[in-house]
Amino acid sequence: MPTRSEIPAPIAMLAELTYRCPLSCPYCSNPIEMAKKEAELDTEVWTDVFDQAAKLGVLQLHLSGGEPASRRDLVALVAAARKAGLYTNLITSAIGLTQRRLAELDAAGLDHIQLSLQGTDADMADRIGGYKGGFARKMQAANWIVEAGFPLTLNAVVHRQNLHQLPQAIEMAVAMKARRMEVAIVQFHGWAMLNREAMMPTAEQAKEASRIVQEARARLKGTLVIDYVPADYHSDYPKRCMGGWGTTGLNITPDGLALPCHAAQTIPTLEFDNVRDKPLADIWYEGTAFNAYRGEDWMQEPCRSCDRRKLDFGGCRCQAMAIAGDAAATDPVCVKSPVHGKMVKMARAFSQEDTAALVYRKNP
Amino acid sequence: MTTVSAQAVPVIPRGVRLHEDKLRGQWVLLAPERTITLDPIGLAILQEVDGLCSFQTLVERLAAKYDAPVDQISGDVAGFLTGLADRRIVELC
Repeated sequence: MPTRSEIPAPIAMLAELTYRCPLSCPYCSNPIEMAKKEAELDTEVWTDVFDQAAKLGVLQLHLSGGEPASRRDLVALVAAARKAGLYTNLITSAIGLTQRRLAELDAAGLDHIQLSLQGTDADMADRIGGYKGGFARKMQAANWIVEAGFPLTLNAVVHRQNLHQLPQAIEMAVAMKARRMEVAIVQFHGWAMLNREAMMPTAEQAKEASRIVQEARARLKGTLVIDYVPADYHSDYPKRCMGGWGTTGLNITPDGLALPCHAAQTIPTLEFDNVRDKPLADIWYEGTAFNAYRGEDWMQEPCRSCDRRKLDFGGCRCQAMAIAGDAAATDPVCVKSPVHGKMVKMARAFSQEDTAALVYRKNP
Repeated sequence: MTTVSAQAVPVIPRGVRLHEDKLRGQWVLLAPERTITLDPIGLAILQEVDGLCSFQTLVERLAAKYDAPVDQISGDVAGFLTGLADRRIVELC
């Protein structure tokens, strides 16, 4: 096990305040089995976790869920996080946010809002979000966010069913005066794993999305910054896993489990500590789940002798688990993986399943 | 060489904050989904950005403070601020 001095302090923490959400997006990154409201950490415990996180070295706090606005104490939590010295980012669908609550969040010191977009019109957004009237409520709240002057990032999750709306989504971000936009092609973890047939983009769509983003980045330089998550089933090399497992960030679930990434619970061999039981620093530096894939000792071939291991750390552990059946294997997205061919075939087959129905996320 | 209009006013917009990262012994700029580690020069520039003074005044102040020729530092300051402005982290109003 590496010593504390060999392990960098985390920079970012994702606090999943609740799994409750008014939407039912079929690509939700939450686990299929979700903790109920009764199991959620209370205001006092979260406040203590924020203090511990700041002392541990965390600079950026992402308040997420579920829908974080479903927490009645959201304003108190933002105030506590700011008091701890953290940069506070609210990741929200905006549904349920009122003008009054936004004013309270503003007064509490909320730094930034990231607003999710399920589609660029009511037909698409309400169908994907599984909530009729949701798009209208979102756009109303979006106007209030802009009027209140919050810095805004628009987060468009795109997939086979809505990729054709990407150019319009980019124009919406400009119209909302968003400084940033995230264009994320659905990552297949959590509920999205149940929807690969219905949502997997075709290889042509994935290529077209990259072209649209590249063109928009050049055209909107200095106006809109676009971060882009490409379709990994159609890529040749994997994404960096969490910027390095246990090196950059951590995730706290609504009931207090500390995870190295939001999908880590899909790796059955890992055991997770709870912030109710142990100091956060002990969990970060000594927890078995955080140490499981730190460094390179766990790597297998072809990663072990590959120069790219310093770039991508072998890719996503959860994807290796899901596709190769071994969380220590090379991410099958990589062309060097022995099961890369299997992944290419899966991607092609899923992307042609035009009759597949959406499986909606259910509330805990 | 990158240039910035002499009259342009550099502003650190809402949602971007200078922060002393005591644990790591450095100053950072906290911005949406970004943490930018500042070297002593970057920090010196941003500490003079008050949202009121023009680029020209900023450069003159820095030149006086660090006893350096205006011409020499003007290009460095312009390059630094333009790089941040392209990423919507600083505004040049």
